[in-house]
This record gives sequence, C-alpha cells and structure tokens, in this order.
Amino acid sequence: MELTGLSLATVVLFLPMVGMIILLFLREEQARNIRLVALGTSIVTFLFSLVLWAQFDPNNTSLQFVQQTPWIPSLNISYYVGIDGLSLFLVILTTFITPIAILISWRAHVFEERGRQKLYYIFMLLLEWAMIGVFIAQDLILFYLFWEVTLVPMYFMIGIWGSEQRVYAAVKFFLYTMAGSLLMLVAILYLGLTAGTFAQPEIVQMMQSGQLVLPLDGVFSTQSLLFLAFFIAFAIKVPVWPFHSWLPDAHVQAPTAASVILAAVLLKMGSYGMIRFNLQLFPDASVDWAPFVAVLAVIGIIYGAWVSYAQTDMKKLVAYTSVSHMGFVVLGIFAMASASINGSILQMLNHGISTGGLFLIVGMLYERRHTRQMSAYGGLWATAPLLGGIALVIALSSMGMPGTNGFVGEFTILLGSVGSPLTGVVFTLLAATGVILAAIYILAFFQKVFMGEVKHEENRSLPKLHWTELAVLVPIVIMILWIGLAPNTFIAPMDPSVNALVQEVQPAETEIAQLP
Amino acid sequence: MLYIPTLEQLNLMAALPAIAVAAWACVLVIVDLLLPKSRKGLIPWLAVGGLVFALIAALLTFSDNGSAFLGMYRADAFTGFLNVVVLLTAILSILMSIRYVQRTGIIRSEYYILLMFSALGMMLMASSTDLVMIFVALELLSIPLYVLSAFRSPDPKSEEAGLKYFLLGAFASAFFVFGAALVYGATGTTQLELVFASAGRVLESNSPHLFYLVAGAGLMLVGLGFKAAIAPFHVWTPDVYEGAPTSVVAFMSVGAKLGGFAALMRIAMVAMGGVLMNDAEIRQAWQGLLSLLAALTVFIGNLVAIAQQNVKRMLAYSSIANAGYILIALAAGATPGLQDAAVRAILVYLITYLFTTLGAFAVVIVLEKDDGSGVMLDDFIGLGRSRPLLAFMMAVFMLSLIGVPLTAGFIGKLAVFGVAVNAGLIGLVVFAVIMTVVSAYYYARIIVNMYLRDGEGQPVPEEGHALRWATYICFVGTLAVGILPTLVTALSDQVVLATALLP
Repeated sequence: MELTGLSLATVVLFLPMVGMIILLFLREEQARNIRLVALGTSIVTFLFSLVLWAQFDPNNTSLQFVQQTPWIPSLNISYYVGIDGLSLFLVILTTFITPIAILISWRAHVFEERGRQKLYYIFMLLLEWAMIGVFIAQDLILFYLFWEVTLVPMYFMIGIWGSEQRVYAAVKFFLYTMAGSLLMLVAILYLGLTAGTFAQPEIVQMMQSGQLVLPLDGVFSTQSLLFLAFFIAFAIKVPVWPFHSWLPDAHVQAPTAASVILAAVLLKMGSYGMIRFNLQLFPDASVDWAPFVAVLAVIGIIYGAWVSYAQTDMKKLVAYTSVSHMGFVVLGIFAMASASINGSILQMLNHGISTGGLFLIVGMLYERRHTRQMSAYGGLWATAPLLGGIALVIALSSMGMPGTNGFVGEFTILLGSVGSPLTGVVFTLLAATGVILAAIYILAFFQKVFMGEVKHEENRSLPKLHWTELAVLVPIVIMILWIGLAPNTFIAPMDPSVNALVQEVQPAETEIAQLP
Repeated sequence: MLYIPTLEQLNLMAALPAIAVAAWACVLVIVDLLLPKSRKGLIPWLAVGGLVFALIAALLTFSDNGSAFLGMYRADAFTGFLNVVVLLTAILSILMSIRYVQRTGIIRSEYYILLMFSALGMMLMASSTDLVMIFVALELLSIPLYVLSAFRSPDPKSEEAGLKYFLLGAFASAFFVFGAALVYGATGTTQLELVFASAGRVLESNSPHLFYLVAGAGLMLVGLGFKAAIAPFHVWTPDVYEGAPTSVVAFMSVGAKLGGFAALMRIAMVAMGGVLMNDAEIRQAWQGLLSLLAALTVFIGNLVAIAQQNVKRMLAYSSIANAGYILIALAAGATPGLQDAAVRAILVYLITYLFTTLGAFAVVIVLEKDDGSGVMLDDFIGLGRSRPLLAFMMAVFMLSLIGVPLTAGFIGKLAVFGVAVNAGLIGLVVFAVIMTVVSAYYYARIIVNMYLRDGEGQPVPEEGHALRWATYICFVGTLAVGILPTLVTALSDQVVLATALLP
C-alpha cells in the first residue's frame, strides 16, 4: 500500500508524544501550565480519535488508516498500524479515559506530599501513547513494544504516587506482567521467523491459504504451545483467575488516576489481545482450549464476585469486581459466536467506563476523608446527594441494570454463549449467577457508603463536588446511558469485523460441533 | 634465507585504525616524558584525539576488504564493526576517567597509555586471523588491564584485584596457548582459514587429529571464556570489579568481553566452521556445550546478582549474565546457514551492551566517593530528587539492561533470541527469558531506590564536563539504538564471516 502522508492512526498515536515533548521543556514550578498542556494534549488526541470514528467505514472489514514502513528490515519488522472494527472503540476508549484521568489528578493531594507533577503527566502521556499503540499495532514486534512500554509508566505511577505499600505493589505488577509477556515474545519470535514476517494480517493470510501450517495434535504441539504463550500473557493482564493476584495490590496502592487507567484500559489490552492474536492466529487451538478457558472465566466471574462482597476496603472491592466482569468478557470471546464477541468488545468499553467511574467515586471519597474503609462512611446520600446520585448510576451500570450499558454487554455475551457449541447452557447459567452476585456486592457497597444514618460527624460537612470532578463524572454518566439506550451506535461499526473474524474461526468450530 | 616482505605486501593501509592507535600510544609515551608536570592534563585529551582519529579511519574504511601483514591481519566488515565498538568504548572510558583518577588520587599518565594499548589489543583480537596473532592480541589486551586493576595501590582491595586477575588471567592464557598448539598439531597451520580448509582432511583421516582439533577449540574456548566472563570461568569477575578503580572496571567490563567474543567468533565460525559444517555429530556436541555454558552463565549471573548490595558487584554479575546471552547466539551460530546471522546478532548485542553498561558505570563513577565508598544500593536512595537527570538516565540504562522496548537492550535481546529461535534452541531461549525476569528484579531495585523510596539523597558532587558528556553519549546511544535499530543493523548487516569462506 502506497501512502505518501501519515495515516490518521499514526497522527492519533503520536499526538501524546507531542505533548510529552512540550512538557519536557516546562519547569516543575509551572504546575498550572504543565496541567494545561497535559489536558490539552489529551483532549486534542480525543478529538482526533473522534475524526477516526467519523471517517471509519464500518462495511470495510479490512484494516483502515493503514501505515506500513520498515523498522528493522533485516528481520522483516515494520512499523505497521491500522484500525478495524475490533480496535476502533478501544482506541477511543483510551483517548476518552486519558483526559478524565488527567483532570482527576489536578487536585490530587498526593502532589502536595510527593510533588513531581511534571514527571507524572509525562508518564501519563507516555502511557496514552503506548496504549493507543497496543490497539493499532499490526506488527507482532511493534505490538510487543507498546505492550511492554505500558508497564514502565504504570510502574512509576504506582511506585511514586501510590499509597503505603506502593513499592511492593509496583514491583509485583512489573515482574508479574513481565514474566507473562516475555514468554509471549518467544512465541512471537518463533511465529514471525517461521512465517518470515511479523505482520499479523499477513501471517493470518498465510495460514488461511495453507502456506503456513502450525501443527496441532495434542497439548504440546506447536500451535497449542504458541496459543498458551500468548494466552498466559493476556490472561495475566486481563486478569483471568488464577493469574489475578497482582491486581488487588496494584489497584489499592495506585493513585486514583492510575487505578482508573489500569481498570479502564490496561486490562482491555489483555482481552483485546485474545481476540486479535489468540483467535485470529490460532483458531484451531482456540477451539480446542475454549472449554478450559471458559472454566477459568466462569470461576473468575463467581470468585471475583464472592471475594468482592467480602471486602471492607472500597478500592479492593472495585478491584475484585474487575476479575468478575472481565470473566464475562473472556467467556464471550471464547464462545466465539458473533453475538458474544460483539458483546465482549462492548463489555470492554462498559467495564472501562463503569469501573473507571467507580474508581473515580472511590477516589473522590478518599480525597475527602483519607480512608478507603466502607465503615468510615454511611449516609452520604443525605450529605452529598449529587455524588450519591451519580454513584448510583455508575453502580447500576456496573451490576448490569437494563437501560445502562452493563446490561447490554452482559446480555449480549450470555446470548451469544448460550448458543455456542463451545460454551453452551451450563457455562452460561453459571455465568448468569455472576449477574445476580454483582447485584448483591454492588448494592451492599452502595448501601454501606451512601444509605442509612450518618454515623460519622465528618461526613456531614463533605466538600462539594469541584467542577473538575463534575467534568469527569458527567461524560461517564452520558456514556453509560448512551450505550445503554442506543447500543447499536457502537455495535454497528464493529459487527462486520467481528463477523469476518467469526467466519475465520467457524470452520474449526463446526468440525468440533460435528464430533459424535 | 630470511624473507623480507615489501611494504606493499604488508599493506599497511588496510590496518590503518590499529596502526594509528599503536603509533599514537607510542608517541604519547614520549610526549608524557617531555611534558612538564603542570601540563600533564593534556595527555587524556591527546589520547582521545588519537582515538577519535582512529574511529574516523575505522568508519571510512569500514567496508574495505583486505589483509595486511601477510595474512595475519584481516580487514573486513567484522573488523570494522568491532574497531568502531572498541574505539567508542575506549573514548568513553577515557572521558569517564579524567576527573575520577584525579580526585581518587591515582592519576598517572600511564593510565591512559595503558588503556590505549589494551584497546589496541581488543582491536587486534577482532582482526587477527592467525592463532599466534590472537594470542599476542590477547596478551596485549590483558597485561595493561592487570596493571590498571591494581592502579589504586596501595589500597589492598585494588591490589588483590590486580593480582587475582593477573594470576587467573595467566592461567587462562595458558589454556589458550595449549589449545592453539593442539589445533596446530591437528592441522599443521595456525591460520584460521587454513584450519577451516583442512576440515575435510581432518575428518577423513582416521587419526586422532579430529580429537586434537576439537579439544584445542575447547581449550581456547576456556581461555577466551575467562576474558569474556563466561561461567564457570567467571569467578574472578566480582572481586576484580569490586576492587579495581571503577573507571577501569567500566572499560574492561565492555572491552575484555568485546575482545574475548571477537576472537571466539573468529575461532568458532572460521577455524571450527569447516568441521561444524561437515560433521553433524560434532556440531550437535559443540552446540550442546555452548548452550549448556550459556544457560549456566545466564543462570549464575542473574541469580547471584540478586544478593548483591554493592552496585559494582551487581554490575559484575550482570556482565556475566550478559556474556551468557551472547553465548546463546554463539550456540545458535553452530547451525548451518545461521553463522552470519549469529555473528550479526552478537555484534548488535555488543553495541547495545556497550552504551548501556558504560552508561551505568558512568553513573556509578559520579556517585562514588573519593575513598571508593558510595557504591552501595542504598546510596542510590533519593537520587531521583537530588539529581533528576542523572537518575533518569540511570533508570533508562537499567531498563535497557532488563530489555524493555525503546531502549538498546531490547534490540540486543531481540537479535540474540531471534537467531536462537531460528536455530531451534527454544528451550534455551525460554530459560533465558525466565532469567531475564529475575534480572528485572535486581535492576529494578536501583530504580526503586532512586525514585520510589523516600529518603534524603546524599549530596552528589559535580561530575565535570567530560564525564557528563560521556554519560550523555551513552544515554543518547541507548535510546537511539532502541528507537532506530537500523543505525546499527545497517553496519552489522554487511558482516560476513563464515559464508565468505564457502566456495
């Protein structure tokens, strides 16, 4: 493909870099300017990503906004980016959440104590750059590059501006995710060197045309091992039970903005990777492993909900809800029906918005009272009605109330998985209990914090919502209702790509279904 | 009758960079005598000037092919690449030394001259195509390093370092010579290319020649493995690194490894190439041996590094681990068809290692106090606040040592793991990758101390312009190679070592 200029995807990718470079030339004392530059950059990036959406042709299932230039020619590695229906909304989710995360950091107390705002916002924009990169990279090595780079700013954000146990949490996060991704690197090298190219679409094409055959006979065959190397890296990120143990630590210790980004975007990198790489590259192995993955996903749904209910720390509670919610996403992906995958992608957005929103609420409470224990609250509905009202909307969305986005996502996933030969009724029923459990833990949380009598005098005079806080919550609420009431705005652009993907996977799947 | 070659036959121009360094070092010995005491400060700058001249010469003659000194010296892209790397190392090391040797009171002009001679030895290790020349180069590389290690005398630690390095080094040299002798016995020549060519004869005959050749190569592997700090020949490394002056450690951690691996590549790919290509059994044994050593080296280096509190010792074990990663590529190079790919991967790795390790040592030099203290892990606490830029650069060097993308270290690991995967050494790569995660733990500790731990940083003295610029160069090099690897691969892709010999 001949392209003289830069593709829009490249522009969106490198806009945060521009802001980063400007920040490098600002002095620490110019705190106001630093914040404005960071916010301005992220908003401009968001606007450009909306142009991306506007120009996106939903009926074209191949990659759009493609750009490909050699990077390491001797190994056939290229800077290869492009967007299709699978990645479009994840890019927009990233650019949507980043300004929110920046704005919520504006008044964070942590800077009074630890300072270094400039470094913080540089890391924030670096993180945005890498996250966008993960979603648009079409070259395996380029993908790995962005994937690993996201670790560094997040490690520093948890480690420098986190709570008491921040060093432990940061190092655990770093090592845990690195261990998974390095095994993926070996798989990437093997796959790319065998195929002679690292471009994902080309490899997929080679496999469809039979040029590249990855044998699959048994657990230790090539394709199965490659599948596992990718899957484990992604499963750690998602996180799929039992790879989740880094998540509560990281979430609890991270500053609010980092928690929001972690929940809203970083976890999605894992589930996105499962669709883009596990399903597309190893359709046969995916079908073979699907029941096993589905078991893990269902365990995660129930376990996450259960543990979440037992928490007294609000942040930990929200962190465990992620384990449960992401279980749905993984189940939907490995049901491999077009409804379920549509639902999974939509649920990735929903989880990003609603869990991001819950972390925002928890962060705002923490800024006011400096505690995350639910017992320190109660009766806030009366003293902070606006915050309470918004929290209610977000909580309902998180538990999947009809009319909110959460319902659409979970319902579509369950709809798809019940008809899929790979998951079927039993898994779907078990997963559905997760919806009920979600109602229990979310309502319990809401009740302990917002309902009842005011038990602590400090809670009577909570500061009103600042305009920056409203400015981050209102878009969240709008998105919750928009996706909840008009989901087709979002499903329509992704549906053709998802269908094309399912077509690729289907042959393998029908074979399985026809087995006696 | 005595054979006197003409100047034309010697073909001196082909060896211009090496000759420039040799001649300039000899000139400096005399200049040093003539300079009044107050002007001795010029010596390091004169040395840098000569090395920069040689560097330019090396870059200009990079793709020239030729041989000099009647086939003893080979000028090709391999030589050219390693010349560039060695000269960069020497220049950066001198820049890092100037202030350091002054304030620690070990200043003597011989320091720079010895360093230049050692660098010459490294260059000759890369370009020699004769076992005798390789041995001379090995000694030329080593002897100045023995002296430099003990330069902090009468500090007992430095003396111990010098003596230990010398004794064990002499032992290693003996291994090398014995190996060379066996190879000569087996093939009747010391010329690497003739050894290559004699493979058919050695393999055909039913004599013990084959055994001598393989045993000789093994013994040379021991001798050179010692220089390159390959386990189990690595035991000298931590003690010498801890005791020797840090500026010397910086130079030898990169330089000695360069020299060792340069000669090892020539011996493994050229001298042994003939046998390896023709005999699958020996090839498997050789590859197995190298893989085993690689795994052991990566394992010991990374595992023991965790326990270190002294950053110099930690970097010593890190340098052992890095030798292991290079060995992985060397092992892969035994697979037919991958020889040149392996050599290129090693060259890329070496240049990434050069910038990263020298940069890390530059930061350690800044922190080190005049009495040699100040190099413990805890001394890095608070550096992120007291010296933000320095800490940032150190963080990048550590990330590069881990192998995080966008830094040079990633490109090096990519190259090495890539060729090993191609050779089918998946198990070895997976093992190395797991050990890389282990390494992330101890490299990250420095970052943790600089940024994440609360605490007042100790006042860090001004480091002076030369050292600062050396650090900047390493920093820029680390990022530039990481972001635009073609800068390096454009040069390394020209290297052909083994395939050039094929008919």
